[in-house]
Amino acid sequence: MPLPADVDTTSPKYLRDKYAIVGVGETTYTRGSGITTRALGSWAVRNAIADAGLKPSDIDGMLSYQSGDSTFGPFIAGDLGIRLNFYMDVFGGGSSTEALCGMAIGLIEAGMCKTVVIFRAMNGFSQVRIGGTGARAAAPVLGDMLHNRAYGWQSAGQMFSLTFMRHMHDYGTTPAQVAAVKAIHSEHAGNNPKAYYKDRVTVEDVLNSRIICKPLHLLDCCVETDNGTAIVITSADRAKDCRHTPALIRGVVGRCNKPRMDMHYQHGPISTVAGHYGKDILWPNAGVGPEDVDITGSYDAFTFTTMLQLEDYGFCKKGEGGHYVSDGTMRLGGRRPNNTSGGHLCEGYTHGVNMVVENVRQLRHDVDDSCPIGPDGKRQHTYDYRPGGCRQVKNVEVSANLGWAMPGTGSAMVMRRGA
Amino acid sequence: MAISATYLGMPLEINDLDVENLEYFKHCAAHDFHLQRCDACGLLRYPPTTGCPFCAHAKSTWTRVEGKGAVHSYSEVHHAIQQSFRQHTPYLILLVDLDTQKGKPTEHQALRVVGNLATPDGKLAPPDMVKRVGIGSRMRMVFADVAPGLSIPHWTIDETAQQPANPWRYPE
Ligand SMILES: [Zn+2]
Repeated sequence: MPLPADVDTTSPKYLRDKYAIVGVGETTYTRGSGITTRALGSWAVRNAIADAGLKPSDIDGMLSYQSGDSTFGPFIAGDLGIRLNFYMDVFGGGSSTEALCGMAIGLIEAGMCKTVVIFRAMNGFSQVRIGGTGARAAAPVLGDMLHNRAYGWQSAGQMFSLTFMRHMHDYGTTPAQVAAVKAIHSEHAGNNPKAYYKDRVTVEDVLNSRIICKPLHLLDCCVETDNGTAIVITSADRAKDCRHTPALIRGVVGRCNKPRMDMHYQHGPISTVAGHYGKDILWPNAGVGPEDVDITGSYDAFTFTTMLQLEDYGFCKKGEGGHYVSDGTMRLGGRRPNNTSGGHLCEGYTHGVNMVVENVRQLRHDVDDSCPIGPDGKRQHTYDYRPGGCRQVKNVEVSANLGWAMPGTGSAMVMRRGA
Repeated sequence: MAISATYLGMPLEINDLDVENLEYFKHCAAHDFHLQRCDACGLLRYPPTTGCPFCAHAKSTWTRVEGKGAVHSYSEVHHAIQQSFRQHTPYLILLVDLDTQKGKPTEHQALRVVGNLATPDGKLAPPDMVKRVGIGSRMRMVFADVAPGLSIPHWTIDETAQQPANPWRYPE
């Protein structure tokens, strides 16, 4: 049967709302998991499949990413008795989650899979640390690394701090404005029983913590933890048979980059990140704009990465990010809360997945806070955001996740609440 | 020819296949900074690559470039990751806009060359020197000799240049 004339199947817009995240799961955020990344991954995937109301045998696709610090999809599939039609383990960091969601949509759209699991497992504190300590710091310096590691320019904080420094120079952004990101995320984490850091910190606490590399203080940097996280994607049609309200995917931009793939410092204002380029695909494909978004999830590897992303994806004007992240917009009860779980700065670090997990739960109107459970088994959210209280955002309809990896690479995904 | 050497306690290696880096560091070893100039579009590029990022042309010619410019941004490292850098904290990682090809091919482009702040003889700068440098500081290139065919380019304060009265520094 011919498709209606107004449906252009050559456009990504055709994919709007056709696919959904139907299950999310994680393991405890710890330091010293005492188990392998394979075990962490298995538990996260098991939890996400159960959350979807599916059985392992319903899964036929698996995607994961790592940077030489984790297990592989087929091992997890083996441990759960899953027979895969497609699996892919890609090398990558923080911009991978949204990119793999896009890839999962492509697999299902092409008829290669029906339901795909994406996972990331890492002993990010007790084994391989992202900062490049231990064996990684001792590895020989060769090839492209001669132009960074030879200068003691290695950890993510060291790499990215120049973009922030230049932003301060160009726009007058202050350390206190950016420290507000940590303070706000810590408020959110306080209402998240599973967050690794639940204590509230103030802007002064951040500014008084020791300098790691200027402009970064210790509390400007995310928490390193051991954990696994997973999400389940299937078609909107199949989502009807799943347990929860689906989070429909409106659009994805996956691993877009700035015009040059060196250390990204040659092209454009260096405080402009990949989101500046990605937004021109993201918003038209999603059919919404930043003004339509109720909650954001930013890749807060550092306080300032949140600011740079929100600016470049158009949530505020370039140069006004310092004001945006400190004026209350981002906090629970504000106009557009960001990282309501506490994010990487407070909840835990799974390289981008946990903020997607959080937004899915927010879109279900069922975040796992301390609000009382009603007779129907659902939480009775109080919308009282005081310490230890609710963290469900009222009437969330549209969310955006902003992923980030190297200074010039990013991904993003817009979701909306399904029926 | 392949190079294996130790610099600040770090093993550095350039293998025989990495002809671009061998050539780059060979010029550095002669304290004579060179970059690849694209044979098609004529633009210089940094760091060494196998193709032109502006026009995709494969061929280029190593060209002498003056090692002078101004600090575009910096990071001041207090917590070193690499063991060998711990005794040198705080050290500066500088991104210097070369005067050569500044603002080309677009107004926001430049050859931004990385280096540590160093003394004129190529050693990592002492703390009192670190305090004097910020965005806008005028720099000149110096070299740390590591091995035959391998010197690391760094930046030192250009004492002959007009320096900004107050180079921009992170507020203390
Ligand atoms: Zn060219």
